[in-house]
Amino acid sequence: MYDKTIAEQSRALASGEISSVELTQTYLDRIRQFDGDINSFITVTETLALEQAAAADQRRAAGDAHAMTGIPVAHKDLFCTQGVKTSCGSKMLDNFIAPYESTVTGKFRDAGAVMLGKTNMDEFAMGSSNENSHYGPVKNPWDKSAIPGGSSGGSAAAVAALLAAGATGTDTGGSIRQPASHCGITGLKPTYGRVSRWGMVAYASSLDQAGPMTRSAEDAAIMLNTMAGFDNRDSTCLDHDVPDYTATLNDALEGLTIGLPKEYFAAGLDSEVEQQIRNAIAEYEKLGANVKEISLPNARLCIPAYYVIAPAEASSNLSRFDGVRFGHRCEDPKDLMDLYIRSRSEGFGEEVKRRIIVGTYALSAGYYDAYYRKAQQIRRLIRDDFLNAFKECDVIMGPNAPTSAFDIGSMSNDPVAMYLSDIYTLSVNLAGLPGLSVPAGMANQRPVGLQIIGQHFDEARLLNIGHRFQQATDWHQKSPALV
Amino acid sequence: MQWETVIGLEIHVQLATKTKIFSGASTAFGAAPNTQACAVDLGLPGILPVVNEEAINMAIKFGLGIDAEINRVNVFERKNYFYPDLPKGYQTTQLEKPIVGAGHVDITLADGSTKSIRIHHAHLEEDAGKSLHEGSFNGEHGMSGIDLNRAGTPLIEIVTEPDIRNAEEAVAFAKKLHSIVTTLGICDGDMSQGSMRFDVNVSVRPKGQKEFGTRTETKNLNSFKFMEAAIFKEVERQIDLIEDGGTVIQETRLYNGDTGEARSMRSKEEANDYRYFPCPDLLPVIIDDSRLEKLKAEMPEMPDAKKARFIADFGLSDYDADILSADQGTANYFEATVRASDDAKLSANWIMGELSRSLNQNSIAISASPVTAEMLGGLIKRIKDNTISGKIAKEVFEALWQGECNTADAVIEKKGLKQVTDTGAIEAMIDDVLANNARQVENYRAAEEDKRGKMIGFFVGQCMKASKGKANPGLVNQILKQKLDG
Amino acid sequence: MAIDASGVKKVAKLARLSIDDDAVEVTAATISSILELVDSMQAVDTQGVEPLAHPLDAIQRLRPDQVTEENQREQLQGCAPAVEEGLFLVPRVIE
Repeated sequence: MYDKTIAEQSRALASGEISSVELTQTYLDRIRQFDGDINSFITVTETLALEQAAAADQRRAAGDAHAMTGIPVAHKDLFCTQGVKTSCGSKMLDNFIAPYESTVTGKFRDAGAVMLGKTNMDEFAMGSSNENSHYGPVKNPWDKSAIPGGSSGGSAAAVAALLAAGATGTDTGGSIRQPASHCGITGLKPTYGRVSRWGMVAYASSLDQAGPMTRSAEDAAIMLNTMAGFDNRDSTCLDHDVPDYTATLNDALEGLTIGLPKEYFAAGLDSEVEQQIRNAIAEYEKLGANVKEISLPNARLCIPAYYVIAPAEASSNLSRFDGVRFGHRCEDPKDLMDLYIRSRSEGFGEEVKRRIIVGTYALSAGYYDAYYRKAQQIRRLIRDDFLNAFKECDVIMGPNAPTSAFDIGSMSNDPVAMYLSDIYTLSVNLAGLPGLSVPAGMANQRPVGLQIIGQHFDEARLLNIGHRFQQATDWHQKSPALV
Repeated sequence: MQWETVIGLEIHVQLATKTKIFSGASTAFGAAPNTQACAVDLGLPGILPVVNEEAINMAIKFGLGIDAEINRVNVFERKNYFYPDLPKGYQTTQLEKPIVGAGHVDITLADGSTKSIRIHHAHLEEDAGKSLHEGSFNGEHGMSGIDLNRAGTPLIEIVTEPDIRNAEEAVAFAKKLHSIVTTLGICDGDMSQGSMRFDVNVSVRPKGQKEFGTRTETKNLNSFKFMEAAIFKEVERQIDLIEDGGTVIQETRLYNGDTGEARSMRSKEEANDYRYFPCPDLLPVIIDDSRLEKLKAEMPEMPDAKKARFIADFGLSDYDADILSADQGTANYFEATVRASDDAKLSANWIMGELSRSLNQNSIAISASPVTAEMLGGLIKRIKDNTISGKIAKEVFEALWQGECNTADAVIEKKGLKQVTDTGAIEAMIDDVLANNARQVENYRAAEEDKRGKMIGFFVGQCMKASKGKANPGLVNQILKQKLDG
Repeated sequence: MAIDASGVKKVAKLARLSIDDDAVEVTAATISSILELVDSMQAVDTQGVEPLAHPLDAIQRLRPDQVTEENQREQLQGCAPAVEEGLFLVPRVIE
């Protein structure tokens, strides 16, 4: 049953074919068996999971079941979970047990989903390879010498390795779509404001958005049904109708216009990746879609704009980690300055410090206009490019990353090269758009995902488009062989 | 050399909301440490702010109260710096688009003239927590304790232009501002609890010079008296310094109101670089016409308008009207007293005299006065209709203050203080007095006309003594004159 | 724009971070390469373009002024490294 989708498991739970306790135990056993090597979990909440599973079974028996009731899921370790450690992959929060529950994990709990544990991630969601974790790198289940992508690498690897039926992730610059792509699973980054950020430890507040990471578009729809919606505790969460995302999955694609940005198929894109993306688009043409070349003229500027805005916001968001009220505190501080500097320098890893320094610099006196303000202006140009493009097409398609997953360690000493690999995902966050990644083949023996970008609040359409592709192909059904 | 002082003020006013500006925690003063600091106020990971509507409304009311432009698009910014009483490592404030634009506050100077002090702007922000040092709690040696109950209390920071020229004007301005915010009901005005805190920027320059001198900023003065003293001290220090050949350096200073000492704050190890940028956790606050119209309709009468009305309707002097309109409590009390007594002048005299003396001696707010406006009005009525004399009235007031009775009439009745106005009884009493003081009567009659006025006082005194103060002094005078002058 | 070792140290201090002396040159070089990457946007003419702070032109929702948070000091201080009498302890604050 662990190799089935959430939709299938939900039906099996409903029919009584399996209990949630049995299903949960299966996953816990698999985690024990396989995760030592993959390292996708930071915390496994075995006792809690079995308790929740038993409660879910009772709830099902009482006839009060939701599609997610009894489904074992994993949460990225930056969603605060009451009574369970929330580390953000950082030494800074190694001792942090939140006295409150994030809106997202609270909604899954209330729906009766089972929490298997908290997944590994790049520290404070800063990274594209999941090598920046205090708890060690996560390995790609398809090839353990490869990175799983980041920053939601633990969630992606856990779902790909069938260690959880689904997982939550967060996406600030591609952190759901890129690891989903590299691990051969489905990942959705919703519209900014679609899912509440309350209780989700912030990296860059105006870019962060939580979303589902699953084995199918249908499963993503089921999870999004639980996650999405207004929350009066998050000022940036928008009060916009939440449709039933599963209701339109089978809608026909005839007449759909797909825009292919010429900038996404230019130099730098690995030819094998390009081939898989082109094949996927050909599949859509078979399904009745029209394809047209479009242009996003400012596309390449997403890298500089993002790598100013995100570090700037992060430098401020991470100021609260000061060793006073929670988190790591250095031994015997001799004065206040010493307390701050040592607690923070000991608690944060290299990439986090690097981004804090870049962000601090970008906001500092004399540089604000040249960096932060300029980046926000470019952000508008990038968003407007998309708004213009959507006058000509319904959705935009392209790759998630220039290559399939690269080898662990191959880029860790070159942050700039790593940043450049985010070229296809960053602009979606800057523009606040929804983006979906669906498995679309293999390149260099590693998975490749197709990125589908929609208009604001067009998640239902994206999931429909992803689902129809998965009805016609079987890339999403493939799993790595684990030993 | 003749020196001119230039003063600009920055005033932090705590808004009288029930909850914090970005959280639903209470703002009540005096709770046990950190019991009113919720996850938002503590800046815990993953926690987000939501703006309190009432803080926005109160800031707008302030703007309307000083004839200022209200900015329709409001952006909150982060001011980044590390300090233990600043839990998030930044203060959420406003920089480029403050809610209240330029306005003015008019003050009355000692010579009766009016001076307008320009307000540069006022912006909304969150208050910080408090650091408690050794001695104020049982902390370990060398440690400070952080209480974040105050963190997140909404503030407006009001910034004046450098229009103030001396300590007296500064105090007049501060009192006027106090009057405006309490009249608006947007601040409780309790300075002892830090509800209004003044930062004073002071510089001096040779009289006639156009350029400003180098200014210093003395922070966190929380009483009018301290502010006045701090200004005197700083002006004197700067003039002495310059006259001795030194130069004033731009710095932040602290003034200790208890010891009267001022000192430079330990210079910061590096220049501040606050790295302001728009807070990405908050969206622009848009103030639309309907909100503005609704708040305009709710505006109370402002102190200046009230003062003008007191002068026009009640015939009060400028001075009396100024005092009685200064705060909402006093103004309300005055108007209620006038309603009950139908005599504005006597009401004004009693409120500024006997009542205010008693309130001050006992440190009681006028709103909590044991003698209510209705009681005082009843008392004044009895003075007006000659039931009691002004002197007896003080006795009645004292009895009311002590809570002996609930009305002046009850005191008069109980103590038998009713004034004697029966002409026959007074005549009989005067006859007795004259008979017992034959020599003085002779002297009086022998005296020159212009000396008699003074001499009659003796007989009046004797008569009042005989009546235990109850005889109507006017009648006593009149009858005495008739009898003595024959 | 490149940043040198002393510049990096200054910014790090502003952010309350320390960089080991033997790492400062490497850090400066890395930060400089990042700044060089982001400097590519300087060539773009953005005159008259309004900065975009949030991708959707949404406006702030306001919260009614009602007390919703009760005292939770014990739970909220559960993760605090040093607390005494309900106060968070820090090395003495000198003004």
